[in-house]
Amino acid sequence: MSAQAVAAPHAKIAAPEHRETYLNYDYSWKSWLFTVDHKRIGILYLLTVAFFVAIGGLFAMMIRAELLTPQGDVLESETYNKIFTMHGAVMIFFFLIPGVPGVLGNFVLPLMIGARDVAFPKLNLLSWYIFVVGGLLTLFVAATGGVDTGWTFYAPYSSTYSNTRVAETAIMVFITGFSSILTGLNFLVTVHTMRAPGMTWFRLPLFIWASYATALINVLATPVLAITVLLLALERIFHIGIFDPKVGGDPILFEHMFWFYSHPAVYIMILPAMGVISELVAAFSRKRIFGYSFVAFSSLAIAVLGFLVWGHHMFVSGQSAYAGLVFSVLTVLIAVPTAVKIFNWTATLYQGSVEFATPFLYVLAFFGLFLIGGVTGLFLAAMGLDIHMHDNYFVVAHFHYVMVGGMVTAFFGGLHYWWPKMFGRMYNELTGKLAALIIFVGFNMTFFPQFIVGYMGMPRRYHAYAPEFQVLNVLSSAGAVVLGTGYLLAAVNLIWSLKFGKVVTEKNPWGATGLEWETQTPPIPHNFEVTPRVTQEAYAYHEMYSGKEAHGVH
Amino acid sequence: MSTSAHAAPVAAPHHGAHGDSGHGHAHHPGLAHHFDDLEQQKDSAVYGMWAFLVQEVMFFGGLFIAYIVYRNLYPDAFAHASNLLNVPLGATNTAILLASSLTMALAVRGGATGSKPTQLIMLVLTIVFGLAFLVVKYFEYAEKFEHHLVPGPTFMSDPAHVSPFFQAHPEEIPHAKIFFFLYFAMTGVHAAHMIVGAGLMAWIFLRAKKGEFVPEHHDALEMSGLYWHFVDIVWIFLFPMIYLLGYHFGGHH
Amino acid sequence: MSGHDHSPAHGHGGHHVHVVSLKMYFTVIALLFALTFLTVWTASMDLGAYNTIVALLIAITKATLVVLIFMHVLWSKKIVWIMVGSSVVWFAILVAFTMQDYLSRNLG
Repeated sequence: MSAQAVAAPHAKIAAPEHRETYLNYDYSWKSWLFTVDHKRIGILYLLTVAFFVAIGGLFAMMIRAELLTPQGDVLESETYNKIFTMHGAVMIFFFLIPGVPGVLGNFVLPLMIGARDVAFPKLNLLSWYIFVVGGLLTLFVAATGGVDTGWTFYAPYSSTYSNTRVAETAIMVFITGFSSILTGLNFLVTVHTMRAPGMTWFRLPLFIWASYATALINVLATPVLAITVLLLALERIFHIGIFDPKVGGDPILFEHMFWFYSHPAVYIMILPAMGVISELVAAFSRKRIFGYSFVAFSSLAIAVLGFLVWGHHMFVSGQSAYAGLVFSVLTVLIAVPTAVKIFNWTATLYQGSVEFATPFLYVLAFFGLFLIGGVTGLFLAAMGLDIHMHDNYFVVAHFHYVMVGGMVTAFFGGLHYWWPKMFGRMYNELTGKLAALIIFVGFNMTFFPQFIVGYMGMPRRYHAYAPEFQVLNVLSSAGAVVLGTGYLLAAVNLIWSLKFGKVVTEKNPWGATGLEWETQTPPIPHNFEVTPRVTQEAYAYHEMYSGKEAHGVH
Repeated sequence: MSTSAHAAPVAAPHHGAHGDSGHGHAHHPGLAHHFDDLEQQKDSAVYGMWAFLVQEVMFFGGLFIAYIVYRNLYPDAFAHASNLLNVPLGATNTAILLASSLTMALAVRGGATGSKPTQLIMLVLTIVFGLAFLVVKYFEYAEKFEHHLVPGPTFMSDPAHVSPFFQAHPEEIPHAKIFFFLYFAMTGVHAAHMIVGAGLMAWIFLRAKKGEFVPEHHDALEMSGLYWHFVDIVWIFLFPMIYLLGYHFGGHH
Repeated sequence: MSGHDHSPAHGHGGHHVHVVSLKMYFTVIALLFALTFLTVWTASMDLGAYNTIVALLIAITKATLVVLIFMHVLWSKKIVWIMVGSSVVWFAILVAFTMQDYLSRNLG
């Protein structure tokens, strides 16, 4: 199966214990905390993101425990408000946004383009520090009072009425935003200037295109959120009334500014995940991606169109009916580039030599879950229907199908795919597959009932609900346990592999294309012994497996 | 079969080997290890700085959209509140900033021609102009505090400094409050950028003194210049939008 | 062939430095001062809605001079032009799509 039978002469497999890798050249704490190596920074992100996702998951479990019964009996309603706020804020700002770019992007992006590092290695480390400081201070604020506005911080509740620590949380979001901006800036420049000789734009792997499109959104949208939450914090401190309608302020302006960032932000979360899926689909069907340039440009199209649709969060907020109409139509349009991706991926599978390895199971899960999430998004884009669906569990289910079913599933798929390259160990394949299956089942058990209760009219963000919704809520809570078990099993399997997993020394255990598979496993500190010179398109599986031209055209 | 189907070792000598073996080359001392040559390094710096400035445009853009929305909602209150600002001081600061932009441009030119005295003199002048701007700003802010024109409980409580318009239309005072909030937020964020810029220039001055900036490598000087000019551009828009809205009413101080 | 955006023709260490003439810098600063006087002068007249348009046109002209000459964009690569343009376009999106709401509130 593997194409690694013939190793390059300089890869000394005979004496693996003497190989220098980015992991073993220095074991000191200092060498990690002051590293400017993009691979090590990727690992730092992996550790911190895992920490935050565990916290966010804990909050999710508390929500599901409360919703087991119609009465508010586990948590006070105020506590419940704080819990769902922290669940949303932690998951979005400290997992969904930095997840794929911070972990997978940092690790593989420079490798994929044949670079020694990102363009600004020190800035890259600074991004991580800002992220960690912002995250820990947010948790500190949560532990010492918390915030109950929901992660959306809607004014005037947040600006005038809430008695919780809104200003502090807003400042933490402000700080954390710069981590995201600087990572985006770094990737943007890296893709422009650090590509290896011959790595033209149309030879770039699609993960790079997706990361590039994401970086554009990071740079263009995040600063608007920064200034929005800064105004919110100032309003909390000085009580000017800029978002208070009683004294001429306009809370809808807050929503415009907030969603100018936060709608594109969902594409910050999903686009890199789509990039991962492109890599996995090609690798496990042994085929070039069908319609490469369409998939590449659909990322840019999503990034640009994503800026023109934010008002669909505000259909019932008091914006004008005309504005709602414009935003509604543009929202429907964004289904086009998204569908281009889905159709091209499935077309790639057609007549491919599909290998049902663990990462590919996550790809299949992604297809199913993201498709449901995306199509229900079209329901919500229709203004009339949204009046019924707004702020109920249908929206919650839609969002989780896209974000958890989409981004998190792709993240796990990518993590399993690049894991042997990152650590030189292979996890247990059977356990990996089992975890993927449990996640898929548990996910649907958790969130599909929420479409139904939402459609029946159960509003979001209350700790008590009407008794007739209980059966579906119990099902959802039970599903959450299954889902959590699946994630834990996958995590345990990965952690187990670090010590007990099969050692991987071959460069390319999956037999995949891409420069990241042409360097040592795990890579040397500076990535490549010799700067690669690229002579082929990405995903040249036909050339790779047809037997001829096995050594390339020199 | 082999993975080298995708890529072959590079033949061109100037890309050379990576990592530690890179020391074999006679590299410029200013070249970071992960770049191949100075031009790649400079391109990265230029693109990175411009991407940062794009980010800055959107950052200030958030304030500008708030200004546009409220000015559109309360045009009279905004025009009359604007008329309470000190136009001569605002105009003076505009002149100071424009002058500093010239000295900044000349300092960068000193980098391109390799003239260390030009760099040092022009950087000092830039810092002096920057500080002068902040001093003028300080007096302007102090005046607003004295006149009770700072959004807060005593806003417009001093009749001597409330124009006839607001005496006749007290219902517009909350809207004037929003104007002054935006005035302080926008000029405050701008002033914060000036302070950062002055610090940046001091650091660049020290590097220039060591003779670091030569024609083929003075990226840091040039990038700091871009930042400085950007802050100038923000003021170019702030001045007419904030100070001159109600200038045609006359009666200004 | 190099994948970098710069042309390999410059070769190793080959570095393009653009030195702008002093005359051009002094012309620009003179124009900037002249435009500042113009903006104060026009603001002192009541031109109705045109006050804002005139002020913005002058400010845009001044900003363009700074961007093109002082910030060297005139002699920069296409990608820098694209970045400058995209900042303008994205700010315009923010303004246009927000204001389409406020300006159509009374349409019913």
